[in-house]
Amino acid sequence: MKKLPFLFCAIAAVLLAAGCSSDSGSQESVATSQDAVPSTQLDAAPSTQAVAPTTEAAVAGTKVRLLTHDSFSLSEGVLEAFEAETGIDVEVVEGADTGTVVSQIILTKDNPVADVVFGVDNTFLQRTLDEGIFVPYESPALASVLPELTTGLDGQVTPIDYGDVCVNYWKDEVGENPPESMDDLTDEQFRGKFVTQNPETSSPGLAFMLATIARYGEDGWEDYWQRLRDNDVAVTSGWTEAYYTEFTAGGGERPIVTSYASSPVAEVIYGDPRPDEPPTGIIEDTCFRQVEYAGILKGTDNLAGSQMLIDFMLSDAFQEDIPLNMFVFPASSTATLPADFVEHAVIPETPLSLPAERIAQMRNQWTDRWVEIVLR
Amino acid sequence: MFYAKKNWALWWNWALWGIVGGVPAAFLGVFFFFPLWTILERTFSASEIADVWSRNLDVLWFTAWQAAVSCVLTIAAAFPMAYVLGRYRFKGRNLVRAMLLVPFVLPTVVVSAAMLSVFDRFGVEDSLRHTLWAVLLAHVFFNFAIVARTLGSYWSHLGHAQEEAARTLGAGAWRIFFRITLPRLAPALLGVASIVYLFCFTSFGVILILGGPRRATLDTEIWRYAIGRLEFSTAAALVVLQLLAVLAIVALNSWLTSRRVLPEQLRMDTSRRPETRRQRWAVRGTLAWAGVLLGLPLVVLVERSFGTGGDGYSLASYRALASSGSTGRLLFVKPVEALLNSLAFAGVATGIAVIVGVLVALAVAYSRGYSRGIASGAIDTAMLLPLGTSAVAVGLGLLLALDSPPLDFRDSPWIIPVAHALVGVPFVLRGVAPVLSAIPKQVRESAKLLGASQFRLWRDIDIPLAKRSILSAAGFAFAVSLGEFGASEFLVRPDRPTVPVVIFQLLGRPGDLAYGQALALSVILMAVITAVVVAVEYLREGTLRTSYDI
Repeated sequence: MKKLPFLFCAIAAVLLAAGCSSDSGSQESVATSQDAVPSTQLDAAPSTQAVAPTTEAAVAGTKVRLLTHDSFSLSEGVLEAFEAETGIDVEVVEGADTGTVVSQIILTKDNPVADVVFGVDNTFLQRTLDEGIFVPYESPALASVLPELTTGLDGQVTPIDYGDVCVNYWKDEVGENPPESMDDLTDEQFRGKFVTQNPETSSPGLAFMLATIARYGEDGWEDYWQRLRDNDVAVTSGWTEAYYTEFTAGGGERPIVTSYASSPVAEVIYGDPRPDEPPTGIIEDTCFRQVEYAGILKGTDNLAGSQMLIDFMLSDAFQEDIPLNMFVFPASSTATLPADFVEHAVIPETPLSLPAERIAQMRNQWTDRWVEIVLR
Repeated sequence: MFYAKKNWALWWNWALWGIVGGVPAAFLGVFFFFPLWTILERTFSASEIADVWSRNLDVLWFTAWQAAVSCVLTIAAAFPMAYVLGRYRFKGRNLVRAMLLVPFVLPTVVVSAAMLSVFDRFGVEDSLRHTLWAVLLAHVFFNFAIVARTLGSYWSHLGHAQEEAARTLGAGAWRIFFRITLPRLAPALLGVASIVYLFCFTSFGVILILGGPRRATLDTEIWRYAIGRLEFSTAAALVVLQLLAVLAIVALNSWLTSRRVLPEQLRMDTSRRPETRRQRWAVRGTLAWAGVLLGLPLVVLVERSFGTGGDGYSLASYRALASSGSTGRLLFVKPVEALLNSLAFAGVATGIAVIVGVLVALAVAYSRGYSRGIASGAIDTAMLLPLGTSAVAVGLGLLLALDSPPLDFRDSPWIIPVAHALVGVPFVLRGVAPVLSAIPKQVRESAKLLGASQFRLWRDIDIPLAKRSILSAAGFAFAVSLGEFGASEFLVRPDRPTVPVVIFQLLGRPGDLAYGQALALSVILMAVITAVVVAVEYLREGTLRTSYDI
């Protein structure tokens, strides 16, 4: 069974090669049939004129493997449309969480498991850049990407989406004055109300720790966590336990949790019954920006197809499908947001961020310090 | 003519044994040792090993003793159930045996949430959250079935004659138990103890979620270094430490087990209807105990799956599951599709695990002589190693090692059931080997003398006698695969999501509906594993009854 496609390709290749060497007429017919040019145009084109082999024709029938993390999701028909248009067969290969995918692409860099990887974020970016595992590619579609997302990338990877990790609160449970700033979380009023995640085992946990470093500086963040600890902050290993066990949403007793800026929108869309207004709000002051990138992996044998897939990931069709599936925001400025996002989503105006190089350099030392301050 | 025929028969005999030893050895070599070697070769550096080991001695110590305590508690908690399943025939026994497997297919995070809410109702949540007690309790919950089912099915093969003779001679109940029954059970008991120990030794989700962020086992540390920190050489040093520790434990266990094998009068099924009042109460009491221990969290889980959205009960979550899929309201795949993927993977994984496990059990049972004993003992020990090895190491190892012809498997969907089977094999081995090893030599020798071929011995003596244990173990292999934990998470999967993958995706999202759907899918998974195992056991019941005793 497995050998069949290979055999088929081999025969096709032999036939194509034979066509090339013997006469140009047969090559033309192959190219036009794969292009699926409407018959009226075919009729109009003079039969003697050789059709220039477009990129589409060259990649039709090839396969591009797309490695993603397990949060990857798209509406049915989106990838299929790309496949129908280009003739490329996209095979989605699913890994586990982002950290696992990153270690997979680093360890398999001699013989990558995929042609394109999607989902490397800015907390892992520098480490993958240091490994030199990407084939640089600057998509023409980059022109429409928000400029702040592309600075300093040197075309190594392409930003596809972004989202913010923010502290969320359950409106009915935090009292008259909801917390408004990072400092408020250390206030006596919110003692024992906040649950966050361990930055060593959780991606939003890490983002929030980085947010505190960006806010208070490398000198002040440790003191902030000491104050948080004194105010009885709870720590879980992962997002799901924090949100569904400790936080109000899952029947827990803590009304403040580290989650995403898009969580309130999800609470509306997946509310049952669907509420008019989100039951949760975000503290804009705590938001840390995460950007997710796609990159072509060195060792790919389908560079042209991979580049087209990257272009497609920046197209409106793909970009507009992102919010409702992955609950992050499209990187492209030409994509329109779904109505629910326009109505309920808050995009922080000045989210916190840190340079990727600094994160790569200090990450393990910071988390070590965090463990000492908060857990020991 | 005569000599030629005899030579051919000899050759055939050698070929058969070649397959019995060779297939499991090749399976383990290709899918475990070679990948492990590859990942260690890439990432291991001798320079920091002393430093890493000395910094993690406390982690090793905690890993080892919490596993030992969990193991003892699990055996104590599940022993009555093994007794009831092995000695008594009662209505619904197959259903009980099947339902015991439910904890195996449920994601840890779902069970943990259910447990916390049980604690909450008893008012002990605050005193149990993120404590060692919660970890131990969860280990008992998850591993109860291993002791109850495996030991129970071995017990059901044991005749009553020895105990009855002792009773006639005036021995008391306790004396009979400690002097006769327990020693007779020892091979099976040691066998399951090793599996439970290794499961707790490599505990991951339970430690992180219920133990809280302050507790660490070698497995969580390996994951933290390899995935969270990308410090591969530290992780590799810990993998080596883990491997050495597991090797020592398993070797000790195998040695103890091999000393305990006694020839037994094995029967097809010696369980009886409970006759006296005391016996009936023993059955009821044990069922009630299991119902409280295992049932309460599951009941809470089922209740919650009907209880999302408002105060009353509704089918909203299930309806949402049925309607999602192509419309894309929440799920990328239809739940039915994911369920079919799961069942297909589990079927293949079970097939592989049963074939490999039974072959090793045969090799162990038939081995005679010093060198052959060593060889089969080595395979027996080696087969348990995947249970005690970090899933990160095995998963990433498979990815690295099987990446080029002739072993180009990493993109193949087959690699997933293979990874599941690595975990399933020890169940088959530890369930079946004690039964096969206890068959008295004379039985096989007389059959041989009467002209039975080797193949015929297996077909007509070994397999029929071990059938119950094989079925019991197959149930585990199936459940392990259906629940999909272990190395497969670290493999890349061509897009064929299984039910646990979909549950994790749902649990990764905020909103009542997402949570409700995750719970509803978990409940469906519970129902599916129960239905499949009950169906298989009923299907086989007929053949078991018509088989003859020896």
